[in-house]
Amino acid sequence: MSTKAETNYFLLPAFTLWWREMVRFFRQRDRVMGALGTPLVFWLLLGSGLGKSFSAPVAPEGHGYLEYFFGGTIVLVLLFTAIFSTISIIEDRREGFLQAVLVAPVGRFALVLGKILGGTTLALIQGLVFVLLAPLVGISLSVESVIWLVVVMFLLAFALTGLGFLLAWRMDSTQGFHAIMNLFLIPLWLLSGAVFPPSGAPAFMRWIMMCNPVSYGVIAIRHGLYWNVPQATAGMPSRELSLVVTAVFAAAMFLLSLKAAQRTTRGDLQ
Amino acid sequence: MSDSLLVVEALTHRYGERTALSNVSFQVAKGEIFGLLGPNGGGKTTLFRVLSTLVAPSEGSVRMFGIDVVREQGEIRRRIGVVFQSPSLDRKLTVLENLRHQGHLYNLRGQELQSRIDQLLSRFGMADRKGDLVETLSGGQRRRVELAKGLLHKPQVLLLDEPSTGLDPRVRRELSDYLERLRDEDGMTILLTTHLMEEADRCDRLAILDRGQLVALSTPRELKEQIGGDVISVETRQPQPLAEQISKRFGIEARVLDGSVRVERTNGHKFITELVEAFPGQIDAISIHKPTLEDVFIHRTGRRFEEAQA
Repeated sequence: MSTKAETNYFLLPAFTLWWREMVRFFRQRDRVMGALGTPLVFWLLLGSGLGKSFSAPVAPEGHGYLEYFFGGTIVLVLLFTAIFSTISIIEDRREGFLQAVLVAPVGRFALVLGKILGGTTLALIQGLVFVLLAPLVGISLSVESVIWLVVVMFLLAFALTGLGFLLAWRMDSTQGFHAIMNLFLIPLWLLSGAVFPPSGAPAFMRWIMMCNPVSYGVIAIRHGLYWNVPQATAGMPSRELSLVVTAVFAAAMFLLSLKAAQRTTRGDLQ
Repeated sequence: MSDSLLVVEALTHRYGERTALSNVSFQVAKGEIFGLLGPNGGGKTTLFRVLSTLVAPSEGSVRMFGIDVVREQGEIRRRIGVVFQSPSLDRKLTVLENLRHQGHLYNLRGQELQSRIDQLLSRFGMADRKGDLVETLSGGQRRRVELAKGLLHKPQVLLLDEPSTGLDPRVRRELSDYLERLRDEDGMTILLTTHLMEEADRCDRLAILDRGQLVALSTPRELKEQIGGDVISVETRQPQPLAEQISKRFGIEARVLDGSVRVERTNGHKFITELVEAFPGQIDAISIHKPTLEDVFIHRTGRRFEEAQA
């Protein structure tokens, strides 16, 4: 394979794979509902239900659970969108669409990038819609905080879609993916500080939460939501650290997905 | 063959322990419709995967346009068109969107892509369905769009995996007509896999694969002629002893297949009389037909095609 030819066959294929994700998503209304509606319901029910029982040790006075859970819900929106868009890899493989892409002169780099950027864009759009609800819970947004949030949500969505790609690439059934979603992806989110702060958790759990890269995405989002309220994020890792960890998480997921896609799997043959 | 476009030499492929292809060699000339006929599991799908660059073979070499298929994968991919057995169209996209997506994968764009799409769609009688979602099309229409999709980047070779599967006989014939027109008008080289005798009969040349081995290679006509005359089948209560007696008496091979005795013989109509007179009372029914590709398969493998499928 010559390098020059590979470059020529890179941008347009990556773009067209990305574009297909957009068209498919907006044509399937139920997916919009699933990715945005479910977290919204979770947030309202859990947020209001647990409101009274929850005493946030880290949040200052007047910040209830509905507000604490808000940042975590944004991450859930990103996670759900990432999951739904990578499930389509399994469907593409099963229905036959993927095989035509695999015999086209498209490098796997373009394939992985197009697919992951597609999921990332969709997650980012929905995350942003949710962010705009922030003033409802008394969080005031500024230009800086929205820019920060866009960058962080992009990186985190990219990482989560990459993780989904990595898991979905070798699978031949969507049922298998649902099992992984329930046993691995949702716990990853539960143990990220999205639902409860590490301070109140047992030591071993705190340790897991510290190692969980998603935690740093949640923290980075909190930094964005409380851009001008430093006391709300007191005791958490810094803005810089949370951003760097999230960026490394994204890069690592991309590279692992690329590596997985470059190996021929049995599934390629179906 | 000096104008060979595809040269397969001593191709062997294993999936783990299982040998799917064993020492297969053949050549395909430019501008011919070449069929790979075989029962399911015979190795033709594996061969198709090797030719379409999805699988690198364990041993042997495949060269297309004089280029090695494994080493120059990218170059080969730009020059072949592939139509898969399972649909590769996105049902949630329109016909036009599907074709545009495909064009972009091959780095085609703008006016060039648009005119190529229009040209192919009108050629396959699908121009008026351009804006429709693929899920609203019939099976035959989808197959035509698949064909257009495979031809979009002007490949020099078109590979089709079981193109007729799931199509009714009328649509099947229509598809064969389209393929013949591609060969005649564009000089396209076409290679297809099939397990349908009717489809195989319309190929210019055939390779018959069974249990991973090439068992016959020629034109359908020559293959049938090699059988020598006619195929006679004899219905009888005790086929095995009768077959032995026939062999002994006439010095020819008589096979037992599905409870009847089969004999291949020139001037079959005369031989029938001899048979009936030689074994009075032993023959319940006797029939004669010109050899079909099914007979060729039996001749080469000793098994019925349907039997081999199972």
